[in-house]
Amino acid sequence: MSARHLHDYWVAFRTIVTKEVLRFARIWVQTILPPVITTALYFIIFGGLIGERIGEMDGFRYMDFIVPGLIMLAVITNSYSNVVSSFFGSKFQRHIEEMLVSPIPNSVIILGFVFGGVARGLSVGVAVLLVSLFFSPLSIHNAGVMLVVVLLTSILFALAGLINGVFARTFDDIAIVPTFVLTPLTYLGGVFYSVSLLPEFWQGVSMLNPILYMVDGFRYGSLGASDFPIAVSFAVIGLFIAVLYTAALVLLKRGIGIRS
Amino acid sequence: MTPALEIRGLRKTYKNGFEALKGIDLEVAPGSFFALLGPNGAGKSTTIGIITSLINKTAGEVRVFGHDLDRDQQAVKRSIGLVPQEFNFNNFEPIGEIVVNQAGYYGITRHEAWRRAEHYLRELGLWEKRKDMARTLSGGMKRRLMIARALVHEPRLLILDEPTAGVDIELRRSMWEFLRRINTDGRSIILTTHYLEEAESLCRNIAIIDDGQIIENTTMKQLLAKLETETMVLDLSEPVLQLPQDTEIPIRQIDELTLEADIQRGQHLNDLFRTLDQAGLKVQSMRNKANRLEELFLRMTRNEPEPSHLTPGAEGAAEQPENPQ
Repeated sequence: MSARHLHDYWVAFRTIVTKEVLRFARIWVQTILPPVITTALYFIIFGGLIGERIGEMDGFRYMDFIVPGLIMLAVITNSYSNVVSSFFGSKFQRHIEEMLVSPIPNSVIILGFVFGGVARGLSVGVAVLLVSLFFSPLSIHNAGVMLVVVLLTSILFALAGLINGVFARTFDDIAIVPTFVLTPLTYLGGVFYSVSLLPEFWQGVSMLNPILYMVDGFRYGSLGASDFPIAVSFAVIGLFIAVLYTAALVLLKRGIGIRS
Repeated sequence: MTPALEIRGLRKTYKNGFEALKGIDLEVAPGSFFALLGPNGAGKSTTIGIITSLINKTAGEVRVFGHDLDRDQQAVKRSIGLVPQEFNFNNFEPIGEIVVNQAGYYGITRHEAWRRAEHYLRELGLWEKRKDMARTLSGGMKRRLMIARALVHEPRLLILDEPTAGVDIELRRSMWEFLRRINTDGRSIILTTHYLEEAESLCRNIAIIDDGQIIENTTMKQLLAKLETETMVLDLSEPVLQLPQDTEIPIRQIDELTLEADIQRGQHLNDLFRTLDQAGLKVQSMRNKANRLEELFLRMTRNEPEPSHLTPGAEGAAEQPENPQ
């Protein structure tokens, strides 16, 4: 690949990311504010009112225990929903054709949408983190692990959102996965409890949930406590990113849902 | 010279079994203003979709300025600007951003993209509206926005699919002027349109596609030369007192101020005017009864038997493209 191509792809990548960031920033009341308010309510109700009666979880105050999980919950859902709605919207209004007629490789299109989703996921994550400071002191055990886990998780769910957007034909199709798959997996992914509380059978079932490893990895970076070794979390996230990126690349190359 | 567009044996069969293109061959000379005409569903948009990589072909070859679509798709894409039939931009984006983003997809830096966007948006009368959301534009402005967007990466071949559909006549004519100008500057243009007057006015070369096949591919002059008879309508300044009899050119009276005359190929309008003059009739204005291209197009695409006034075999040696007026 020549330097000219690299320059052009970099400009194209930046263009897509900027466009995506401007899109969700223009409608921040719909994209940034609601998850922040929802999470603040979680802190008040679960962390404050109910958490006082729960006592400690894994040796931490319940409020402190749920902060990393709630940040991850916000990052996961926003990374996913940004890409699925933006990609489907561009198909629905047909302005995806602006990119399809241009010489951008499919890999750059994917990365552009994904990092647009990451930008929203992390923006909401930071906003939720700031809100959490009203309820719990900032706890950092390993900042590097925290950053890498949250970044990779955001990439993973942005990729998943893109694949959902590729297959979606109606607005219902972009709501089905977040409602019936993503939300249950996140809530059952150790956001509000430690899996060690579950009976052995349900612990085994929970280990099939990839979100568990992401929340656990982030909690390790924040509190220094985890149910699994951090290497397992990285391996699971890395594997899913590789599979989803390859799937997205194949789908775009074949033109599924975007070319006749 | 390398053709702007070269298509060989292009076929497209959709998943539902519909055969949209049945092996078409087409060549567009560089610098040409080319009309691709055909009835609805004939295969025009499928052909354009394949050239612009929006539709996957089933078989055949496409080359744009010598670049093969299969082997060097990026070079093909860089050479083409597309103005599609349907509006396909983000209605919730400012129009300046739409044009600048399109440039970005071609690797043009933001500073340079704004310079070019200003140039084309000014040319098309949209610069003052650059901060407005696209959804606030009128239909004609949206069409012009798509033209600016298609030109921002300075393609050598501009493809316009029904660019003036739903545009009022004044705006249509200003768009024609703009297209003539950029064609004169050396850009090749392929146009599909339902307004045959538009094709006749703008294009020097023409192909007619019907039922997935090219049924005519020639110069506009040669195609129009196939018309053996043209009916002229003559508006008189004074009522007809007596119609000339036994004239070489048949003349009919429509009402007291209107006549029709059938001019055969080889006959001259001078003879008609001489006859009318001798009869004391004063002609105020004259026009073709029907658009010449429209008449030919309908005959060809309706699959009617060759009418007697169409000269068989009129398609002759290729004519060099001329500059438009």
